[in-house]
Amino acid sequence: MIILLTFLCLALLVIVVIQIGRVSEMAGLIRGEEDVQNDSNYWNSRLGMVFMVLFVLGCIVSAIYYKNYMLGYGPHEAASVHGVAMDQLFNMTLFFTGIVFVVTQIVLFWFAYKYRGVEGKRALHISHDNRLEIVWTAIPAVVMAILVVFGLNTWNEIMQDVGPDEEYVEFEMTGYQFGWIARYPGEDGVLGTRDFRQTSGVNPLGQVWEDPANHDDLHTNEIVLPVNKKAKVRLTARDVLHSFFLPHFRVKLDCVPGTPTFFVFTPSKTTEEYREELSKYPEYQVREDPNDPSSPRLWESFNYELACAELCGTGHGSMRMVVRVVEEHEYKAWLSNQSSYYLNSIRGTDNDPLKGKEIELDSNEEVGGQDDEIGSEEAESNEPGEDVDAEEEEEIPSDLED
Amino acid sequence: MAQTQVAVKDATDQLIEKYGFDDHFHDHHDGDKYQTNFITHYIFSMDHKMIAKQFLTTGIFWAIIGGLLSLIFRLQLGFPEENMAWLKPFLGKWVVLNDAGIGSISPEFYYAMVTMHGTILVFFVLTAGLSGTFANLLIPLQIGARDMASPFLNMLSYWFFFLAGLVLFFSLFLSTGAFSGGWVAYPPLSALPQASSGSGAGMTMWLLSLTLFVVSVLLGGINYVTTILNLRTRGLSMWRLPLTIWALLVTAILGLLSFPVLVSGFLLLFFDRSVGTSFYLSEIFIGGQALDHVGGSPILYQHLFWFLGHPEVYIIILPAMGIVSEVLAIHSRKPIFGYKAMVFSILAIGFLSFLVWAHHMFVSGINPYMAMIFVLFTLIIAVPSAVKVFNWLATLYGGSIRFNSANLYAIGFVSMFISGGLTGIFLGNSAIDIQLHDTYFVVAHFHIVMGVAAFFGMFAGVYHWYPKMYGRFMNEFLGKIHFWVTLVGAYLIFWPMHYLGIAGVPRRYYSFDSFETFSHFSGMNQFITVSAILVFVAQLVFVINFFYSIWYGKKMKVKNPYGATSLEWTTPIKTGHGNWPGKIPTVHRWAYDYSKGDRDFIPQIEPLSEEEKENMASH
Repeated sequence: MIILLTFLCLALLVIVVIQIGRVSEMAGLIRGEEDVQNDSNYWNSRLGMVFMVLFVLGCIVSAIYYKNYMLGYGPHEAASVHGVAMDQLFNMTLFFTGIVFVVTQIVLFWFAYKYRGVEGKRALHISHDNRLEIVWTAIPAVVMAILVVFGLNTWNEIMQDVGPDEEYVEFEMTGYQFGWIARYPGEDGVLGTRDFRQTSGVNPLGQVWEDPANHDDLHTNEIVLPVNKKAKVRLTARDVLHSFFLPHFRVKLDCVPGTPTFFVFTPSKTTEEYREELSKYPEYQVREDPNDPSSPRLWESFNYELACAELCGTGHGSMRMVVRVVEEHEYKAWLSNQSSYYLNSIRGTDNDPLKGKEIELDSNEEVGGQDDEIGSEEAESNEPGEDVDAEEEEEIPSDLED
Repeated sequence: MAQTQVAVKDATDQLIEKYGFDDHFHDHHDGDKYQTNFITHYIFSMDHKMIAKQFLTTGIFWAIIGGLLSLIFRLQLGFPEENMAWLKPFLGKWVVLNDAGIGSISPEFYYAMVTMHGTILVFFVLTAGLSGTFANLLIPLQIGARDMASPFLNMLSYWFFFLAGLVLFFSLFLSTGAFSGGWVAYPPLSALPQASSGSGAGMTMWLLSLTLFVVSVLLGGINYVTTILNLRTRGLSMWRLPLTIWALLVTAILGLLSFPVLVSGFLLLFFDRSVGTSFYLSEIFIGGQALDHVGGSPILYQHLFWFLGHPEVYIIILPAMGIVSEVLAIHSRKPIFGYKAMVFSILAIGFLSFLVWAHHMFVSGINPYMAMIFVLFTLIIAVPSAVKVFNWLATLYGGSIRFNSANLYAIGFVSMFISGGLTGIFLGNSAIDIQLHDTYFVVAHFHIVMGVAAFFGMFAGVYHWYPKMYGRFMNEFLGKIHFWVTLVGAYLIFWPMHYLGIAGVPRRYYSFDSFETFSHFSGMNQFITVSAILVFVAQLVFVINFFYSIWYGKKMKVKNPYGATSLEWTTPIKTGHGNWPGKIPTVHRWAYDYSKGDRDFIPQIEPLSEEEKENMASH
C-alpha cells in the first residue's frame, strides 16, 4: 500500500513537472526567444537581489537569535582558561570572515543585477588588471598571516604540558564501546601500570596488580575537578577510537588504542558558578518537565558533560559522563570518600595475584575508610606535596611529547 | 536573428575548411567501427561523448540513491520520536518495532546510511559523476581532438566505475548491513568485525568497491592528462586553453598522485583484517578478548587516508571551478577576469592540496608541533581561493549577463563557495578546531563548500553543455524552479548546522537524548529535515527535466547557441565519431575573446585580424 502510494505520488509529480515544462515551452515559442531571455534577465536578477537581502539579513538575524549558543556569548561561555583565548580567536576570525562574507555576497548579487543583459547594451572587454589583482591577493594574505600568528600562539599555549614545578591534578580516561572509565591515581599520585592482556570483567583497565602504584588507584563514575587548578587528563581507548570531548571546556582529543595521549586544561568555573550564570537566561528558567511544576529548572539540573566525538559504533551517542568542577576543599573531600578499586573489588579474591601476601596499603586501609568523617582540612594539608613529586618520576612517553 | 546564425554557421565551416588541417581521420574507417551496433555504440562504447553520458547518467542514479539515504537518516534526526513503521515495507528488518508497534530506524542501519551517503556522494557522484562526465565530454571537444588518447582505457575506466558501483550497491542488501563506520573508515572500527556488524562483509565489499573505483580513476586520469598534453590541436598552446581544461588537467594529476596512496592504506587495512598484521592495531580488548595485535597505530591510516582525502576535495571542486569560470564568462559576454591568475590559482590550490592533509587530524593525537605546519599551509590555501572569487566577481562587472539556468547555477556556485570557504578559515586554525572538530560545524562547512558548491558547478555544466550532449535543450523554466528552490533550500539545510556545531553538537549521533547539552535543538533538527525533503523533491524536478528533454526537449537549431568561442561549438549539432566531419580546426587565439571591439565574440578558430596583430606587437 505504502509502496503503491509512493509510486502514485511520483507519477503525479512527473506528470505535473512535464506539463509545466510544456506550457512554458509553448509560451516561449509564442513570445520569441529573445523576449523570453530578456524577461528572464529582468526577473531573475531581481530575484537574486531579493535572495541576497533576505539571505544576508537572515544570517545576521539568526546569528543574533542564536548567539546564546555561540562560543563566548550568552550562557555558553568557556568554563576553562584556554577556552577564553580560543573564543577570542573564534571571534576574531568571525569578524574578518563576517565582513568578507557580507561584502562579497552583496557584490555578487548586486553585480549580477546591475549588469543583467538588457537589449542593446554591450559588455565591456576587460581581461585583467594587474594592480587590482595584486591588491586582492595581498589583502587576504595579510589577513591570513594575522590569523595564523594568533592561531598558532593560542594553539601552542593550549598544547603546553604542565611545567616541572606546577601543581596539577592528574587523571586517566579510557573509552570503550560504549562508555568511559575514569581513573584517579590515589594517594601516591601515580597511575599504576596497565597491560591490555590482563583486561577482564573484573579488571576493566588491565591494571597490573603486582605494581603497588595500582593498589590505591580509584575508579570513579564521574569526573570531579578542583577549580582553577591545572588538570592533566591521560587518554586511552580499549577497543576502537573514541574522542574525549568536553564542550564547555573547549577540550577535545582522540583516545587511541595503543597510543596514549594527554590534554592539559584549567577549569575556571565551578558547576555551581556555571549554574548561576545560566539562571540569568530565560531559556534556562523553564522547568525540565514543563508539565511538572515540581521538576527542577533547567539551570538547576545543569551539569558539565563529557561526550564522545569520534564515531565508535552504534552506541556512539550515548557515551556520557558527568563532569563536576568544585572548590579545592570539596574536591579533597570527594577524593577521600572514594575507595581504591583494588582494595574494594580485587583484594583477597581469586583474581588477586597477591592474595595472601602483605602489601603496603594494608595498614592504611582503615584510615582511608575513616577519612569521610575527619573532613577535608586534613586531606588538604596532606596531599598536594606528595602528589607532584611522585608524578615527575613516572612520565609515560606519549606521542604528544616528542 | 536566425539569419545571422546561419551565416555564423557557414563561417565556422569555412574557417575550419580554410585553416584546419587534415589528419585523414575519416579516410580510415577503423575509427568508426566501434559504433556499428547497439552494444558497441551504447554499452561498450569507446566514444568519449557516449562515455561522458554514461558517467553522467550513472552519477545521477547514485545521486538519487545517496540523497534518499540522507533523507532516511535525516528523518531519524529530525523526528526521533515519530513512528517510522511506515518505512517497514521499504527497509524491512532495519525498522525495529517495539511492543507498542512504534517503529524506529535501527542504529546499525542509521550508521550504514550515514556511511553510504558519504561514500556515494564523495566518490561516485562528485568524483566520477562530475569530473568523469566533463573530462570525457570536454577534453577532446575543447582541445580539438578526435577522441581521447586511449579510447579503450576510457571505456575500461567507466566499466570499472560501474563494477565498483555494483559491488557497493550489493553491499546495501547484506544481512549484516552495509559498512557503518563512516566514509573515512577509520580503523580499528573498520578493521574489527567485532566492533560493528557492518565491519564484517559490509566492509570487505566497501574496500573492494573503492579499490575498483580507484582503478577507474587512475585509468581515466592517465588518459585525461595524456590527451590534454599531447592531443591539443595546432595553435592551442597551454595559455590558450579554456579554464575547464586547466581545471580538469590539475584534477587528473591530483587523482593520479593521491589515489594510489589511498589504495596502499586500504591494502594495509585489508592485511590487518584478513592476514593478522598489526599496521593499524595495537593493544585492543574487544568482545571480552584481548587481541594479538601490538605495535600498530590507527593514526597511520588517517595519514594515508587524508593524503588522498584532502586532494580529493579539490578533485571534486576544481572541475566545478573550471566549469563555472567558463559558464560565467560566456553568459556574461566577457573574458574571464585575470585568466593567468585563474590558472596560477588552480595550480597553487593543486600543489597546496598535498600539504594540508593533517588539518583533518589536529585532535587525533598527532604531535602538536606537526599541526603547526598544516595550519600554515591550510590558511595559505585561502589566498588563491580568494583570488578566484574576486576574479569571478570582476568577470560579472560590466557584463551583459544572460540569466539562464546554467549561469544562475554558476552565480549560485560563487555564493556557496564564499559561504563554505570562509568557514574553512575557522576549521583550518587548529586552536578553533579543537572545539569545532567533528561537530555539525564541519558538516555545514564541507557540505556547502564541496557538496552543494560542487553540485552547483555540475548543474551549471549539465544545463550549459546539455545541447552538446543530446542536441536538445533542457527546459529553462523548470531549470529556474530547480535553481531557486535548491539555492534557498540548501542554505536552509546547512546554515543552521553552523549554530549546532558552535553549540558543540557532535556529528554522527543517532540521537541527542543522552546529553543535556545537545538536546535543545529538536526544533532546528526538524527544520533541517523538512528543508532536506524539499530540496530532494526539487532534484526530482531536475531528473524529470533531464530525461524528458533527451527525447522531447527544445531542439538545438544552431551549432553555437550561446555565442561561445571555444572549439566544442564548432562541431556539427549531431556530433559524430571523430567530432569534426572534415578537417580538425586550428586555433589562433585564447578562449575568451568576448565583446572585443565591435564583435560579440570571436571564435578561437578565427585568425587574428591585422589590427589585433598590431596591438599584440605593441604590447
